[in-house]
Amino acid sequence: MLIFECPYCGVYADETELQAGGEAHLKRFGPGSDDESFEGYLFMRKNPKGVHLERWRHSFGCGKWFHAARCTMTLEVFGTYSAQTLEPPKALVEKIKAKRPKWSWREFGGAAT
Amino acid sequence: MSEMAQVMRVNARGMITLRGDLMSTLMKKSIKTVTGLGMPTSGQFLGNGTSGVAWMSPDELLLVVPYADVAKFVSQIDSTMKDQHYLAADVSDARAVFSVSGTNARDVLARVCPVDLHPGSFCIGQFRRTRMAQVAAAFWMHDTGFDVVCFQSVGDYVQDLLTQAAENAVGAAFYT
Repeated sequence: MLIFECPYCGVYADETELQAGGEAHLKRFGPGSDDESFEGYLFMRKNPKGVHLERWRHSFGCGKWFHAARCTMTLEVFGTYSAQTLEPPKALVEKIKAKRPKWSWREFGGAAT
Repeated sequence: MSEMAQVMRVNARGMITLRGDLMSTLMKKSIKTVTGLGMPTSGQFLGNGTSGVAWMSPDELLLVVPYADVAKFVSQIDSTMKDQHYLAADVSDARAVFSVSGTNARDVLARVCPVDLHPGSFCIGQFRRTRMAQVAAAFWMHDTGFDVVCFQSVGDYVQDLLTQAAENAVGAAFYT
């Protein structure tokens, strides 16, 4: 069972209380952007085997969206953080890198392997 | 229903949803006027079995008041919060309310909610919005047991659910 701590209400909510919202930190390419970046924004998603940054909503609780870092393979949760941000907190990135030195995620997490 | 746990539908409980900036002085003043209580912290319920104030989310409160006084209190809040960005809505008839009491009350809720109801984790004055089997619900604990609220549209479902859970929650209480 996947259990996240909601950063807004502090509740340890299991996944049946939550709603998955897909990949986090997407950058929108709207009108005026070229076709390739618009297609990337609409359709291209990361599907890593390893630590993933995702959006979740505490839908049965306080109803707020938040971000979470969890491993898609082991379901290990590295942490959750507020949705009012453009990037994961530094402490969280360091925590992930301490355990998964080769981790990288789009523009976050430093150099790829 | 067993002797260990009683589930009762509570009729005519007044409830007001109050949304806005919970940090603002006017918001605190509104709660003080209506309930005479302070601002609850995250996951807290202040009050007793029939009235109080509960923390719903970082920008939402639930005021539990006498049914007959709802309209009066909403207009009081409206005059206090004048020109602020806020919402005060009478939700008394939008919700169904149940009281769950008895020695096995914790067991009844633990059967239908993914919540740690151990006395060390959940005690009097705590409030939790969660999932109750298939529907959204919230409950809080006061001196004499738990109060459960859910949408009126699923009230019958929750009544059956809690009653069945209370029938099954016989024998020694798991949480004591």
